[in-house]
Amino acid sequence: MEKSIAKLRETFKNGGTKSISWRKSQLKALLQLINQNEDSIFKALDQDLGKSPVESYRDEVGVLKKSVTYTLSCLEKWVAPKKAEVPLLFFPAKAEVMPQPLGVVLIFSSWNFPFTLALDPLIGAISAGNTVLLKPSDLAPACMSFLVETIPKYLDNKAIKVVAGGADIGERLLQLKWDKIFFTGSPRVGRLVMAAAAKHLTPVTLELGGKCPAIVDTLSTTPSKAKVTAKRIVGGKWGPCNGQACIAIDYLLVEEKLASALIELLKKTIKRFYGENIKSLKSISRIVNEHQFQRLVNLLKDPNVADSIVYGGSVDEEKLVIEPTILLDPPLDSEIMSEEIFGPLLPIITLKNIEESINFINSKSNPLVIYAFTEDETFKKRILSETSSGTVTFNDSMVQFLCDSLPFGGVGQSGFGRYHGKYSFDTFSHEKSILHRGFYPEIEPRYPPWTDFKLLFIKLAYEFDYFGLILLLLGFKRS
Amino acid sequence: MASEVEKKAVFDIDSAKEVVQELRASFVAGKTKDYEWRRTQLKAMLKMMDENEPQIVAALRDDLSKPELESSIYEIAMLKNSCKLALKKMKHWVMPEKAKTSLATFPSSAEIVSEPLGVVLVISAWNYPLLLSLDPVIGAIAAGNAIVLKPSEISPATASLLAKLVANYMDSSCIKVVEGAVPETTALLEQKWDKIMYTGNGRIGRIVMAAAAKHLTPVVLELGGKCPVIVDSGINLQVATRRIIAGKWGCNNGQACISPDYIITTKDYAVELVDSFKCELERFYGKNPLESKDLSRVVNSNHFARLLKLLDEDKVSSKIVYGGERDKSNLKIAPTILLDVPQDSLIMNEEIFGPLLPIITIDKVEDSFDLINSGTKPLAVYMFTNNKKLKEKFVEKVSAGGLVINDTTVHLAEPTLPFGGVGDSGMGAYHGKFSFDTFSHKKAVLYRSFAGDAPLRYPPYTNGKLRLLKALLGGSILGIIRALMGWSKA
Repeated sequence: MEKSIAKLRETFKNGGTKSISWRKSQLKALLQLINQNEDSIFKALDQDLGKSPVESYRDEVGVLKKSVTYTLSCLEKWVAPKKAEVPLLFFPAKAEVMPQPLGVVLIFSSWNFPFTLALDPLIGAISAGNTVLLKPSDLAPACMSFLVETIPKYLDNKAIKVVAGGADIGERLLQLKWDKIFFTGSPRVGRLVMAAAAKHLTPVTLELGGKCPAIVDTLSTTPSKAKVTAKRIVGGKWGPCNGQACIAIDYLLVEEKLASALIELLKKTIKRFYGENIKSLKSISRIVNEHQFQRLVNLLKDPNVADSIVYGGSVDEEKLVIEPTILLDPPLDSEIMSEEIFGPLLPIITLKNIEESINFINSKSNPLVIYAFTEDETFKKRILSETSSGTVTFNDSMVQFLCDSLPFGGVGQSGFGRYHGKYSFDTFSHEKSILHRGFYPEIEPRYPPWTDFKLLFIKLAYEFDYFGLILLLLGFKRS
Repeated sequence: MASEVEKKAVFDIDSAKEVVQELRASFVAGKTKDYEWRRTQLKAMLKMMDENEPQIVAALRDDLSKPELESSIYEIAMLKNSCKLALKKMKHWVMPEKAKTSLATFPSSAEIVSEPLGVVLVISAWNYPLLLSLDPVIGAIAAGNAIVLKPSEISPATASLLAKLVANYMDSSCIKVVEGAVPETTALLEQKWDKIMYTGNGRIGRIVMAAAAKHLTPVVLELGGKCPVIVDSGINLQVATRRIIAGKWGCNNGQACISPDYIITTKDYAVELVDSFKCELERFYGKNPLESKDLSRVVNSNHFARLLKLLDEDKVSSKIVYGGERDKSNLKIAPTILLDVPQDSLIMNEEIFGPLLPIITIDKVEDSFDLINSGTKPLAVYMFTNNKKLKEKFVEKVSAGGLVINDTTVHLAEPTLPFGGVGDSGMGAYHGKFSFDTFSHKKAVLYRSFAGDAPLRYPPYTNGKLRLLKALLGGSILGIIRALMGWSKA
């Protein structure tokens, strides 16, 4: 493994990844990889997670294609140095900021969107001109194998490598020196990654998780808006990998008096989307493995929590299936309300007044996304200014992920750093400042021996008081 | 007064916890978010500097024997400029930035909103104890945070003065100065911060980042490194030499992270260069530089001993071509130039941070790029040349925090350029708007409406929906129109 990394470093040093044409060729090759292997990708996702092709396309294949295409169309613009303004005092001078690759980067991806979370950062790293080692999650083994086998067939092996393995490989990789580490996963492992990076002063981007709440304030508007709200909630909970997504809706906040109406709407929508019961479940991913299955089942073991189930609750251990489950007001100190659920269980917390949702959300650590279904402009402004999260999405769920111009990342416990679109390019770049100066004119007061005149001169210069400077030089100002 | 109590009692983990709790309460109450509060604090800082210039100059003289001009300009004037810039531009900085939306999320609007991170810790260094303490604080205030400032104990007079002045002029419920050394810093690092900014060396930088990792706290590390100067021939040698001197001995006597550390020039040019240095150094500092009032001293006896160790190493001491005099009682070392020290000497393997300037010679100027890239990435690299092609190659090839052509250190004063390192010289950047950004969270906001809800988003998933989805994500007009009309095709 150390040899592979040495090779990556050598390739970088020799400038193998610098040229725009190399970066473009790799991105085009990646696009080809995706286009030519769509069926295999669907198959692997079905095997690892039971994802249907529509979900796989919507959340993985389609997202990646869009990301590569967008990057290809913008790359030349992003790579170009940006001019910076220079004050007259420095004349003649030219200032600019030039993005440069960081070097050899390490990307850890997660199991729930095994293609998107591996290849989207890869797109950023390549576009910025780095060499990359990609470590996909072994909890999605078919997808990991696919990446290990297929990437070398399309991309430049001297610059982009994929390594298979589990936590032990991950640990070994973390002992080495990287120029950047990009990590998607849990806060617990995020801490370990950052601590390891600290030893080498390696900058990191941590895309973590949290409990993403959805504030529901549109049930009493019109029936059609209420229906759309319900669809978007259901689509935002069970749609992305059956709730196993960092940006999936974790729990709902709604006013007491509207809770039963909400539950009814949700039930109807769930049945229409996913089937009547656990036996006829369709168009939904399964739980990734036994360990996660047990974890989720345990969340329901607490009798007070079990009592609060108002829909669903059935499980099928053999198939690793838990049906969409809704809970009404489980105890706030239960695990299901303190841990990120990452599964198909949806607690609804009722409040006397929907405005209380702000305090409720603030009592927990900063989530990756806050969803708010409301048409009250004042309430929207309050949510924006009084809560903190990576992103806020009004009146929908999940779609912010498709917006290339919005930075995607967390704050506080949900992580730091961001990507998507140009932010991906930036996150794998160093912005180098450059100042060009001429030899003339020379400003004598810059140099010792120091005198009062020189002191006054420089003071005026620093205040950009050009008029004062002229007066001083003409002898009209005294020190 | 609160700060008096903190000074008298031992500042331990519990004290640190209390401080953070108090600041967090102030932050949650919205005090620091308020726009007017931010303006008031920045104005107070300006007033603080205006009204206390002599005291500040005196403290810097105590700590570093810093010449009055350096204190007035590189510390006070620069800070005042930074404050004024923030006051002038803050109203733009706090405005949300509109973001473009694509057809994939139509109809929608998007923006990026800057919000404060919360309670931040600024740990500063001893060489520019005022500038490196308050410049980050300006950014943190402008961005709306509550702040703890931990100035360096190696410049104690300035640290005490800062503690006193900040308590007198600024809002103590939101901005506090904690004085102390390793135990106090450790106590602070145990706490949970929303951001930590550290200026100093790589060894402590690692400790800061490791402590931050426990709480997933993002960090900015402004570290150091050996900043080389490449000197080509065919230039105005006098101007180049003076600018190098100004950047080296004119900046706290070489004790600055962006001071030229060593020079690389061609074997042919070295003699001329050395002669030019001798001439200009004498012009600036006289025949007895140890007595010049225009040079800072070495900060303390530890660093003095460290520098002598670099200078007196056997294979190095014979390479001195100018200077080498020292005055232990006053902690002064004369500007010293060395020619062709061996690459494996101590002086070439650690950041000098003092008044010693080694000159390394090579055959061709271009060879310097590989030489520099073979070491760890420095905070800055300087090059003096009139050769256009060489400039282009330099800018493209050499990796460092920042580059300056035909001058040294002045990029620090350029607020439109991000100031920070890369690799071992650090991570993150600040100055100007970059300070505001570094202490902000850029929150993405997407506004959607209820119109145009495309059934193809939702299950049951069918082949028809898959086809439409492909069209939408792929940008096919016909497919998009169909999707927007909300037509389902089961």
